[in-house]
Amino acid sequence: MTVALEIKSVEKRFGGLIATNNVTMNLQRGARHALIGPNGAGKTTLVNLLTGVLQPSGGQIILNGEDITRLPVHTRVLRGLSRTFQINQLYADLSPLETIGLAVSERMRHGRDAWRVLGSRTEINGEIYATLEQFKLTDVMHERTATLPYGRQRMLEIAVAIATKPSVLLLDEPAAGVPESERHDILAAVASLPDDVSVLLIEHDMDLVFTFAKYISVLVNGTLFAEGTPDEVANDPRVKAVYLGGLDHD
Amino acid sequence: MSELVNESVKEIRRDLTYLAHWRTWEYVFWIVAFASIFVLPGHYLILTEIAWLALFALSLDLLLGYAGVISLGHAAYFGFGAYAAGLLAKHGIIAEPVLALLAAGFAAMLLGFATSFLVMRGSDLTRLMVTLGISLVLRELANRYSNITGGFDGLQGVIINPLLGRFEFDIYGKVSYIYCLVVLFVMFLIARRIVHSPFGLSLRAIRNNPLRASAVGIPVNLRLIAIYTIAAFYAGVAGALSTQTTAFTSLDVFSFDRSADLLLVLIIGGTGYLYGGIIGAVLFKVLQDVISSFTPQYWQFWIGLILVLIVLAGRERMSRWFDMTRRTALVTLGLQRILQRGGKL
Repeated sequence: MTVALEIKSVEKRFGGLIATNNVTMNLQRGARHALIGPNGAGKTTLVNLLTGVLQPSGGQIILNGEDITRLPVHTRVLRGLSRTFQINQLYADLSPLETIGLAVSERMRHGRDAWRVLGSRTEINGEIYATLEQFKLTDVMHERTATLPYGRQRMLEIAVAIATKPSVLLLDEPAAGVPESERHDILAAVASLPDDVSVLLIEHDMDLVFTFAKYISVLVNGTLFAEGTPDEVANDPRVKAVYLGGLDHD
Repeated sequence: MSELVNESVKEIRRDLTYLAHWRTWEYVFWIVAFASIFVLPGHYLILTEIAWLALFALSLDLLLGYAGVISLGHAAYFGFGAYAAGLLAKHGIIAEPVLALLAAGFAAMLLGFATSFLVMRGSDLTRLMVTLGISLVLRELANRYSNITGGFDGLQGVIINPLLGRFEFDIYGKVSYIYCLVVLFVMFLIARRIVHSPFGLSLRAIRNNPLRASAVGIPVNLRLIAIYTIAAFYAGVAGALSTQTTAFTSLDVFSFDRSADLLLVLIIGGTGYLYGGIIGAVLFKVLQDVISSFTPQYWQFWIGLILVLIVLAGRERMSRWFDMTRRTALVTLGLQRILQRGGKL
């Protein structure tokens, strides 16, 4: 197995607060890896560091053998690191068709093209259709995104990330806020992600974590606390203490 | 199976290109615009002003309506183009008006590119202030270097040569108007092409959600710099037209009023569909003309009142529309649930 994403001693300080403390972690190619931890453990900060929204105070991030620590957000995406957001980040006025179409066209580097009419390339259109079909969005592809039910928007959020053809995908709480009736579709979509995509799942929902992940890392107070297979983590007394202890304080 | 997919792919092509197709009303719109040359021969002066104001508004619409970049100082580029055209003609540097028009546009474009880096920093409020600041600075520079610009007296002694060396600008303004209208039409066609391209879609995406846009690999700042530069070219050409058709320009091309009026034009006509600037320019100029003919001093009072009414009515209409769509969605959702349960309530 080769490593898709290497996180080497990454640190992030906000003044005196250490949000990410010397985190070292490897994401194997094709991994189904979950990152869990109590509220405020620094999971989203870590995602922001990986995607380039925040600059680390120290350490290195290596994607497929290339150092991407100082690259801006969009360049990392074009090199194959994509993400979904905990809170949907979609284009309210655009349709799912346009949303996916744009992601595909940007990936193929046609986004600078100011002269060609949108939609005139057959190879792109085929891919747009396949992606919409995969996430069961073809029936609503012409609607304004803002008018879609929450669960469909959540599907679109994942679909956009997949349309960028990532080699590494960071899923930030994909099932958050999805009503029970639509949960199944999200879980099915997550389960059927392509095998060659390495997935890092950030999640609170333990059911989802334990059905999906083959490997789990636990983050507490910005520090990597424990790592292992789901069985090992579930039976780790320290992890239990953190979760139960965390509940006590709530 | 594959036939079905082929059908769907064709459908996607049709739907994505749908917006780029010419509608019947668009043909009618431009036929009417060109018919005005023959139908309204006594009004060339105001028609000419409408044409360059429309082009100026088109420029801001590209920026505001598509990319969501707000500006209170768009007159900077209009004024720069206006003075560039004036100086080129006065000193005979480029004697032919169409070439001078392009040169003035490129001058404004360079200025737009250079200043875009300032504008891209910060949020909407910062942008308002920075753009306003740029136009004020330019106005004072033009005032300070009155040996070049003529200062408060304006740029005198501008002589505009015949168009393409052939068509003399006549006293009725017919050539001026046809010239402005043709330039407006050509630049409209280019803008239309731009907004329906992948680049245009990426601008709309950035306006909607810059965070998501960068997360699908769009270099947000580069795209905004590009459209800002293009918009500056449009504004510069509009300014150059105003100089060429009046053979005069003065400091007020840079004034705050001009930038503010431009926003009014867009609000009246609507943003984000290219025709808003043109329709807004027609309504604004006609209103100004009609109202100032019976109350020359207080016409801005009425413009202000109409603006307030438009915004209020617009907002109400919008919220009503939203209510309606939400209710329709809820009803549909309810029906779906009932159907899922096999028709039982």
